[in-house]
Amino acid sequence: MPAPIRLRELIRTIRTARTQAEEREMIQKECAAIRSSFREEDNTYRCRNVAKLLYMHMLGYPAHFGQLECLKLIASQKFTDKRIGYLGAMLLLDERQDVHLLMTNCIKNDLNHSTQYVQGLSLCTLGCMGSSEMCRDLAGEVEKLLKTSNSYLRKKAALCAVHVIRKVPELMEMFLPATKNLLSEKNHGEILHTSVVLLTEMCERSPDMLSHFRKLVPQLVRILKNLIMSGYSPEHDVSGISDPFLQVRILRLLRILGKGDDDSSEAMNDILAQVATNTETSKNVGNAILYETVLTIMDIKSESGLRVLAINILGRFLLNNDKNIRYVALTSLLKTVQTDHNAVQRHRSTIVDCLKDLDVSIKRRAMELSFALVNGNNIRGMMKELLYFLDSCDPDFKADCASGIFLAAEKYAPSKRWHIDTVMRVLTTAGSYVRDDSVPNLIQLITNSVEMHAYTVQRLYKALLDDISQQPLVQVASWCIGEYGDLLVSGQCEEEEPIQVSEDEVLDVLEGLLVSNLSTPVTRAYSLTAIMKLSTRFSSVNRIKKVVSIYGSSIDVELQQRAVEYNALFKKYDHMRPALLERMPIMEKTATNGPTDIAQTNGETDSTILDTKHLPSITQPASQVGRCNYHICFCLAGIPPMTAYNKNGLKIEFTFERSNPSPNIAVITIHATNSTEADMTEFVFQAAVPKVCSFPSSSSFPHYALNLFFLFFFLGITDILVTKKLYLTFNSM
Amino acid sequence: MQFMLLFSRQGKLRLQKWYVPLSDKEKKKITRELVQTVLARKPKMCSFLEWRDLKIVYKRYASLYFCCAIEDQDNELITLEIIHRYVELLDKYFGSVCELDIIFNFEKAYFILDEFLLGGEAQETSKKNVLKAIEQADLLQEVSTQSVTSEHLCKCIATPQ
Repeated sequence: MPAPIRLRELIRTIRTARTQAEEREMIQKECAAIRSSFREEDNTYRCRNVAKLLYMHMLGYPAHFGQLECLKLIASQKFTDKRIGYLGAMLLLDERQDVHLLMTNCIKNDLNHSTQYVQGLSLCTLGCMGSSEMCRDLAGEVEKLLKTSNSYLRKKAALCAVHVIRKVPELMEMFLPATKNLLSEKNHGEILHTSVVLLTEMCERSPDMLSHFRKLVPQLVRILKNLIMSGYSPEHDVSGISDPFLQVRILRLLRILGKGDDDSSEAMNDILAQVATNTETSKNVGNAILYETVLTIMDIKSESGLRVLAINILGRFLLNNDKNIRYVALTSLLKTVQTDHNAVQRHRSTIVDCLKDLDVSIKRRAMELSFALVNGNNIRGMMKELLYFLDSCDPDFKADCASGIFLAAEKYAPSKRWHIDTVMRVLTTAGSYVRDDSVPNLIQLITNSVEMHAYTVQRLYKALLDDISQQPLVQVASWCIGEYGDLLVSGQCEEEEPIQVSEDEVLDVLEGLLVSNLSTPVTRAYSLTAIMKLSTRFSSVNRIKKVVSIYGSSIDVELQQRAVEYNALFKKYDHMRPALLERMPIMEKTATNGPTDIAQTNGETDSTILDTKHLPSITQPASQVGRCNYHICFCLAGIPPMTAYNKNGLKIEFTFERSNPSPNIAVITIHATNSTEADMTEFVFQAAVPKVCSFPSSSSFPHYALNLFFLFFFLGITDILVTKKLYLTFNSM
Repeated sequence: MQFMLLFSRQGKLRLQKWYVPLSDKEKKKITRELVQTVLARKPKMCSFLEWRDLKIVYKRYASLYFCCAIEDQDNELITLEIIHRYVELLDKYFGSVCELDIIFNFEKAYFILDEFLLGGEAQETSKKNVLKAIEQADLLQEVSTQSVTSEHLCKCIATPQ
């Protein structure tokens, strides 16, 4: 039987394969040879075969039949075998397979081997992939090695202990005695790095350990100081900085120890300032240390001077040519913008400049940070920059940016006109990326800006003339024209030069939307309803009647339904038409939702957007009166169920849906629940609604009664806004 | 550190070190997707990206990408230094290392990595000490493969200093 080919030979051969198929063939042939060699229990070449198997595994081919062979190699006495065996174990075995447990005994033996390199192999393997069971079995051995005087083994044992603790946190206590002298001077610093890592892991996991190790702060400070002050040490030097890896780890441990603790924080104040001011910043390594320092300063109870120093370092980072540094700075600033808002504000212009960066991640962070920094004072300037950003940014950003702009505008708009202009700008530049829920929100905004109606409808009309492809814009515009078309044709605009437009021209535009291929079904529904509304505002009623009747046979079921209902309105219910289609009243605001990661507080006392669905109730001994101001906004978007009243054992809930047979009818179901022990009598439920609606009420409401249903029917109007006020009176014993 | 991957510009894997337990299937999926993501990045972009819920730090050296996945609390900038240190170790060991060295001597690349990092953390911050340890282990390997191996000789080389 010829000797199996050598590893390098195999690699060379496989690399000559010109196609995937050729490679696969070679691999299969070699695997077959290896398999038979394994079957023959050949000790001499096992190592070579496993090595080849590992190569093929890296190429993506299955190698599970080599798992047991790895174990045999580990058990061998030859160092070569062990080396490959352990490597194979780390690559091919994982803790999900029971096979790996067979390793435990081998590792145990090797942890006590006379050769430190063998001990090292087993420590490495255990620390890399040891399962919880293995860790439990071998923790004692690791702990022993943690106390040896051999620094080569001690540092490996420390990191192995970290792994054990991660896998089996209960074992942490066991390593406590061994940590006593970890930081002591006589170790010549060789095991300092791993010791700090171990201490960090313990402190992160256990508050008790944390308090216990707080006393190490002075020692850590001293070590750090020596590192900075000491002369050139070529072994640990990176670009003129002594052992940056150790510096960073110490800073991280200090952060954990100093957090929330005044004394510790004070003890490390000086060294932090020293590191922050003396570290060389020309290379990445120096900046890595500064970065860690900044993170520590921000997390502990540092004095304000130090915090300002930290923020300034971040500000300098923002100006660095290295984009990695800029990225890291923006990330850190985003974390601190809440707590140190004013300090971050000082760097606002630099942050805004980062919006123009080429890197996507940097741009995103700069955008988030910009929104966090917007306040009443800088809104105009910031909005200019953000709108410019919206124009030029990638499509992935546009939705978030638009939402953020709406949110900021709502909070800090200096004037209604400015607000409307900003909204218009977003709709015209990024109209197709605007979120669906923005449309009803914007409609609400426009309705409530009473004095701006004429201006708004004029601007929207002009925008429609330019471009009808952006659906949210078109929808808002249709709605507005339907509502305020009379202002449009009468040329009443004060804010800007009123345009001359006739009723027919307006109807042309709206009808154009109905037939355009660019309009979605939703948009078409909006425009049909808008046309209908104009029947009470314009004089060309006949034209409108004609349009409505045409769509009575539309293929689109929604449009057809509407058209038929509107037709009915013209014919049988003409007396109701003016009331039905009259101007919308002002709506009270409900909470708006913006992107969840945008910070809400912007450094000033802001008027939060209130949810007005709550109500105070006046309690009286005999009878209880609950009053509920309630506004239902009813747009084409669906509405989730709402709890209108929930006090004194009485709960009122509304659910909304379109009636199934006829989607033009909205059904509001009121579920009333009495959860008290007593009966409620004289239960009166009234609602102030437009005259078209009616509903029953009951005078007695038995105890523990569930779900008395009251149904409302609204005819034919599914996209106008309805306001209702509800009065409830009831007696409860 | 959760894992480190080395791959070529064509997406071929040259080294994979996993410090978290995952099935072979999961590892393959992660590797495939991450390699695709990193290779799609333009040269002017920064070395960090968020991928799934991990922080990825990568750097290109000649034809090889060195890619690490680190945890939230880890320092991205120092991870770049870790990558650089590993490259320096390879360079010193192989003498002006190139991708072919790592292809043909992959097991040695692993041995060096395992002498530098353990469980995802650096075990030795002195370049000299890591290389010395590798050298000694290599010597031990050589001695142990020779037919006239005496255990006594092994012990001499291997005793701690």
